[in-house]
Amino acid sequence: MVTANHGVFSPPPPCDIGLDNLTQFPEGRRLWTCIQCGTCAGTCPYGDRMQYPPRRIIGMLRAGELERVFTSDSLLNCVACYACTAKCPRGIDLTGVLLPLVKEQVLLHLPEIPAELQKALENKLRYGNPMGESPRKRAAWVKTAGVPIRILSEDPRPADALWFVECYNSYYPRGQQCARATAKIFTALGIDFAILGNEEKCAGECGRLSWERGLYSTLMEYNMLVLEKYKFKLIVTSCPHAYDAFRYRYTALGFDYVITHTTPFLAQRLADLKPLLKRKTDCVVTYHDSCCLGRHSSIYDEPRLLLQAIPGMKLVEMTHNRVNTLCCGGGGGGMWLDTYYKAKGNERLSERRVKEAVATGADVLAVACPYEISRFEDALKVLGYEKRMIVRDIVELLADAMEV
Amino acid sequence: MKIIVLLKMVPDVVEELEVAADGQTLDTEFLRLIANELDNHALEEALLLKEKYSGTVTVVALDAPEVDDALFTALAKGADQALKITDGDSAPSTLSGAYRLAQALSTVPGLLPVDLILTGAQAIDDLDGMTSPLVAHFLRLPQLGIITQVSVNSVAGVATVLREFPGGVRGEYEIQLPAVLGIQAAEKPPRYVPVSRVQVAMKSRVIESVHVPTAADGGVGLSPVEEMLKPEVTEHAQMLQGSPEEVANQLCEVLAGRGLL
Repeated sequence: MVTANHGVFSPPPPCDIGLDNLTQFPEGRRLWTCIQCGTCAGTCPYGDRMQYPPRRIIGMLRAGELERVFTSDSLLNCVACYACTAKCPRGIDLTGVLLPLVKEQVLLHLPEIPAELQKALENKLRYGNPMGESPRKRAAWVKTAGVPIRILSEDPRPADALWFVECYNSYYPRGQQCARATAKIFTALGIDFAILGNEEKCAGECGRLSWERGLYSTLMEYNMLVLEKYKFKLIVTSCPHAYDAFRYRYTALGFDYVITHTTPFLAQRLADLKPLLKRKTDCVVTYHDSCCLGRHSSIYDEPRLLLQAIPGMKLVEMTHNRVNTLCCGGGGGGMWLDTYYKAKGNERLSERRVKEAVATGADVLAVACPYEISRFEDALKVLGYEKRMIVRDIVELLADAMEV
Repeated sequence: MKIIVLLKMVPDVVEELEVAADGQTLDTEFLRLIANELDNHALEEALLLKEKYSGTVTVVALDAPEVDDALFTALAKGADQALKITDGDSAPSTLSGAYRLAQALSTVPGLLPVDLILTGAQAIDDLDGMTSPLVAHFLRLPQLGIITQVSVNSVAGVATVLREFPGGVRGEYEIQLPAVLGIQAAEKPPRYVPVSRVQVAMKSRVIESVHVPTAADGGVGLSPVEEMLKPEVTEHAQMLQGSPEEVANQLCEVLAGRGLL
């Protein structure tokens, strides 16, 4: 069956690790092995915008002056992209351990947090999605799916795959296109799948990485209770952030389901999928590795295998690919900090990324994360490239290729 | 300084509102209530005043679904006391709600005297902004609404407030304390309170329930809702397309065609 555990990283950090007891855990003690080389700050996409880049934060921690970091908005620039963690020669899990603990304190100490981020956090708590949409409309897109989709609360029979659709694919119009494409592919492959429908709530994005321990544990506890109601063999999600949360954060609550993302899930069924991909194309595609799926979980080959399975599709690589991928700027709460970054004069990371994508000469920028569609489509428009390149989720490209 | 904030739960319009079968009330089947946005501004202004002048903030609300969440959130944000008035009408009108709040304020021991009573200048079900003037009327206190800034001179027993007018005009007033103020916007956006702090408040703090018997309307006469209707759907906007010149010509034709030119 599905092997869920790709990845180069150490096991998830213990959930009771805190700033006051760091040295009681191996993950915490590692911080004291830092050689202050500054690779973390150098590889950080916003390292140059930070008063306290990761290297300095470790320095401040060891000097007992960490509190000064709490009252600075420096860490609002952290997009939880795992670049510092991936590059650290000492193997210090900055993104997973230290930065979220510090971010949590920043949220408590900052006199004002950016309004967009505040609204998204409040919405996730109240409505279970960052957009503030009605939880009763979460499954409304199902009516437009074109194929039957089983909702477990209405038909609780066991399913092979529980598809965790997530917020953007449930509510956001471009995301719904991906949801429809996914449903179409699953159906064509004869997969016995079902969704939670209106019972589903945001998995908690990247959990603790998104600033709010209390919020993510509330969402985690809720989703765990809902999952326990049903029987299924595995969970497949459309959202790399949910994948990240389930795989690395939910384990603290005893989550032991097999968890996968649509990309590796479909790549494992490539032999069945390939004969369905009949429509030939002549487009050139470049693939953006999402931080959660790529850098954090080393799912690099599966998306590329799927793209290359489409007849006639030519895959070209951007300068920064795989472990060197450039973050779209949406992680760690960055999705709701665009106005803040703009006010601070930061270059939008999504614009930096699409410049590189356009430079490859590709027609299509393929993605596997629902955050990236809006981020990159907006960036293409802002830079005036909207006629040169389109953004498509891999599932959309596959579903298109199934149409003759 | 002692401040009371009046907080009201209002329909959350994230869910579509439906008229109940009686044709006079909202269908409560899927209705969710949320703290009135401008009452949150009133709370924020109260907390800012407390930080500036020291003192206490007491939040008072009529019982309603989800009101506990709103009150614990207020406590987590820094309010000192939270009071819930029980045994009332489940869907009070602005008038009867204001009357019950005023009644509670004057009958519950320890609430009055107070320096300031703050509440939202409006609510989604009180667009006329009548709650603060009605409460002030029942308590025989001075009142000003649509306030965006408050500073207090406790020695002189007055507050200096900024009141908004249409067209960007603002007026500065001095008002005798105690007074009732309808807050249009706090000087800073309502603060974020991390969920963990609300959870701590839920475990360590108490919402005091106060029984205040229902007295229908305070003798001022109710205006019952006769009929509640959904807004009529009008025709969709007409989109004009083409070059700027073509669009301008089409626009002129539309205006001329309707006798507007």
